[in-house]
Amino acid sequence: MQHNNLYTFKFITIITLVASFLLALASTQLKELQKFNVELDKKKNILKCVGKDVSLMNADEIIEEYQSNISNIVLNPKGGIVSNVSSDNLESVQNKTTGQLNYFLDNIEYLPAYKSSNPEAFIIPISGKGLWSTLYGYLALEKDLNTVKGLTFYKHGETPGLGGEVEKKWFQNNFVGKKIFDQTGQLVSVKVVKGKANDVLAGEALNHGVDGISGATITSRGVSDFLKRDLLRYEPYMKNNRTN
Amino acid sequence: MDKKARAIISDPMVDNNPITKQILGICSALAVTVKMEQAVVMSLALAFVLVCSNVIISLLRKGIPGKIRIIVQLTVIASLVILIDQILKAYLYDISKQLSVFVGLIITNCIIMGRAEAFAMQNNYKDAMYDGLGNAIGYGSVLIIVSTFRELLGSGTLFNYSVIPASIYLENGGWYVNNGLMLLAPGAFIILGLIIWVQRTYTQYIED
Repeated sequence: MQHNNLYTFKFITIITLVASFLLALASTQLKELQKFNVELDKKKNILKCVGKDVSLMNADEIIEEYQSNISNIVLNPKGGIVSNVSSDNLESVQNKTTGQLNYFLDNIEYLPAYKSSNPEAFIIPISGKGLWSTLYGYLALEKDLNTVKGLTFYKHGETPGLGGEVEKKWFQNNFVGKKIFDQTGQLVSVKVVKGKANDVLAGEALNHGVDGISGATITSRGVSDFLKRDLLRYEPYMKNNRTN
Repeated sequence: MDKKARAIISDPMVDNNPITKQILGICSALAVTVKMEQAVVMSLALAFVLVCSNVIISLLRKGIPGKIRIIVQLTVIASLVILIDQILKAYLYDISKQLSVFVGLIITNCIIMGRAEAFAMQNNYKDAMYDGLGNAIGYGSVLIIVSTFRELLGSGTLFNYSVIPASIYLENGGWYVNNGLMLLAPGAFIILGLIIWVQRTYTQYIED
């Protein structure tokens, strides 16, 4: 049927208004629940990266386990512990090109981190660009502040099956036991290699390399890059507190 | 329910199945069938969007200006998809994370646009609802069949419960190893191909 332009215009205006009203309503109504889920998911990932099996825990158990084990700490960029600043008050600013998160309070930069008491671990948030998206996750170090205890990603927008493999167990498990400092005490981080680490690297270098993801070279490279970049920020703290 | 309604619902289940006959919606059928849980949630999400969009578009069909009908259809479909995405994020966060982009991609699922344009624009809202339901069941049943095979053969579980006894696994001294191919897209292609073969043998359908 033929309608004049004014009718067409009116019709589409009403449709879009109704649709946007409904979506806005749904979004505001569900916001609290979604926020809770996101926070819970972060807690879950922190627990996961220190090696706890959270797959069968319900929300309450996760919160309880988290509260009894994990504590927030705030560091200054020189590596000292700041006790009068709460990590809840820090404001995060994201670098648009690298995806790195910087945290500020009153224009002074701080570094948030987490400590786990059982098992003992030091956990830092990591983030950076992959191919399509910014990846967010956590890296846990053993109490020697050198050996990787675990790595998790809780948010990313990489291609499922390719870059999206970063969220899979096989990829994350490869990091466990790797070292971030070399024998001379230089921070070399852990690199995601192209192909299998065993084929590409040998000897000492094997301590600092993990298998890459085939078909996801740029995501792999991104992970290597931002892992090192984020670790470097915490290097002063680690140097001060390392036990060999 | 009268005869016509029954025909509208049952037709897309086998004879005109959107996946195995029309080969629509393949992308999501491959992507979300690694685990049955994901396949069920995806099927329900699609059913919600398909039934609602068919009914809404059918109710509006006499008022929709012909020149912008595709835009109106897309607005309705996109709104419903965003709505279901928000609901999943609020109530089924873990599954919504696993489904990742595929919930959002329901917007571009050809089945929904196809049913809106081919059926809902010409029929009353009741028939449109039956049509949506039938197509959703047709889509969902294929997803669930494919995911049953993939999860059973690929991970040895069904709905995350182990069904293959742990003692026969190679690492426990047995001989059995899960088939890793089933977890990858080619595994889904092979199973989907077999289903289509079985169905076409049964219905005697031949592509012109």
